Amino acid sequence: MNASLPLLRAIGVRKNFGSTEVLHGIDLDVDRGQVTCILGPSGSGKSTFLRCINHLEKLSAGRIVLDGELIGYRERDNKLYELQPAELARQRRDIGMVFQRFNLFAHLTVLDNVTVAPMLVKRESPSVAKATAMELLEMVGLAHRAAAYPSQLSGGQQQRIAIARALAMKPKLMLFDEPTSALDPELVGEVLAVMKRLAQDGMTMLVVTHELGFAREAADRVVFMDAGQIVEEGPALEVLNAPRHERTQSFLARVL
Amino acid sequence: MNEPVGQTLAKGTSPQDRPPVAQVVIPARQTVSWVVAIVLVLLVLGMAYVVITGGGVRWEEIPPYIFDPTILSGVQLTLIFTFASMILAVIGGIILAVLRLSRNPVLANLSRLYIWFFRGTPLLVQIIFWFNIQLFVPHIAFGGFVLDMNSLVSPFTAALLALSLNESAYMAEIIRGGLLAVDRGQAEAATALAFTPAQTMRKIVLPQALRVIVPPIGNQTISMLKTTSLVSVVAAQDLLTRAQNIYARNFLIIELLIVASLWYLVLTSIASGIQYLIERRLSMSLGQDSATAPSFRSLLGRAATFRFGGDGK
Repeated sequence: MNASLPLLRAIGVRKNFGSTEVLHGIDLDVDRGQVTCILGPSGSGKSTFLRCINHLEKLSAGRIVLDGELIGYRERDNKLYELQPAELARQRRDIGMVFQRFNLFAHLTVLDNVTVAPMLVKRESPSVAKATAMELLEMVGLAHRAAAYPSQLSGGQQQRIAIARALAMKPKLMLFDEPTSALDPELVGEVLAVMKRLAQDGMTMLVVTHELGFAREAADRVVFMDAGQIVEEGPALEVLNAPRHERTQSFLARVL
Repeated sequence: MNEPVGQTLAKGTSPQDRPPVAQVVIPARQTVSWVVAIVLVLLVLGMAYVVITGGGVRWEEIPPYIFDPTILSGVQLTLIFTFASMILAVIGGIILAVLRLSRNPVLANLSRLYIWFFRGTPLLVQIIFWFNIQLFVPHIAFGGFVLDMNSLVSPFTAALLALSLNESAYMAEIIRGGLLAVDRGQAEAATALAFTPAQTMRKIVLPQALRVIVPPIGNQTISMLKTTSLVSVVAAQDLLTRAQNIYARNFLIIELLIVASLWYLVLTSIASGIQYLIERRLSMSLGQDSATAPSFRSLLGRAATFRFGGDGK
């Protein structure tokens, strides 16, 4: 694909739950290697937008294009046809996701959590999958816990495993849905450290977060959402230090 | 020094005195319950006396029949009916449960209809129905093959069909409960990792649901050991059928029913013992009584902590 085009394009993304529209047309580009943080008050549609990107939520209108490929639909005669589950699964290989509540597989060890998707979905051999997994666990600092079960780990450790699990699929884009919101305050730092490391390594990341410190240090761009719309968007420090929009200003003033 | 309220002692001792260390404590009498207990024991003894001395039961005839080859082969067939129908019912139950949870309304309602029908009609009726199926479906033909239902549906197949189709309906509800007990985030994470829906079910949801499903399956199995006796109405050669066959010839009705009952008691006792062991292992590994489980996730957590003795945080 053309490397000069944005990796991710969201064009006029709308989402209804019943008769309530929660996303009123989101346009967003994410360039390769860029870290974009989405800020905004609860209920502003940040998480819903993120979940539209890997088609965990169906769009009501608009489109998501990853690396030139329309996500979730096939376009023919100006109509969008939703893809079959198997085709959706193939597209999701390129999109890693980290959840607020970790969602590690409770019945699998840490190592199996990281190897299960590459082995099952990409048919990697156990030895290759295990080698990759151990490298990733090393990177998140938890190789010594490979045989543990998720419940034996702290929230911060679980979230680092969840990041390793998503990376094992070698995605082009990583989505983070409030990755530190369910953590005790003293555990937030270890997760953010892994995410910063990932950002430095050039991963394209889209992060819904309330951590302004992380946005300031690691983000290239910041998007501020409110009431299902993008209110303000721009280079991270510009938006954080000198917000132009009144709603962004009041939000940042309250959070700081 | 002030004595705390409630420390006031019995008459005759001054409030400052502490009670003697070796004070005798006499519990309240449970007069009523002991009276009831004595009456009940007398009743039981009286009934036993009547039965034993009544001369109606020829006790000496019972022991030879306990290990009679006919009875033993009946025991064997009862075990086959029990386990074969339970295995088929688990498979059928999984299919029905998955259909019931399907977003396709036709599939979900077909499953609902099946469960409604098979739980809503007596098993005895279903057994007789399958045994007589050739009355309204004399034969089935596909391609060049013609299958005569009369030879296809023997008492054995009719009984097995009825037991497993009926049990599938109950199993479906048990399994559906187990599937719903698995946190939705688990399936969502699998989906985000590019699992297909079938892979998500097989690798993530079902294995976790199994832990919730196993104890009720044990109960159903024990219950099934006795339920199989219903197939004697189509002479399916289970334990009860064999006992009936024998007493039809020698009229030792009570004696052979006692023989059969002894075997049912032995089988259910063994099965209960096995179930107890499985559940103890499960609840030990779950770290608590599974009936009062707060959440499945934390149960699993305990399970893992126990099994691996890890330094769980």
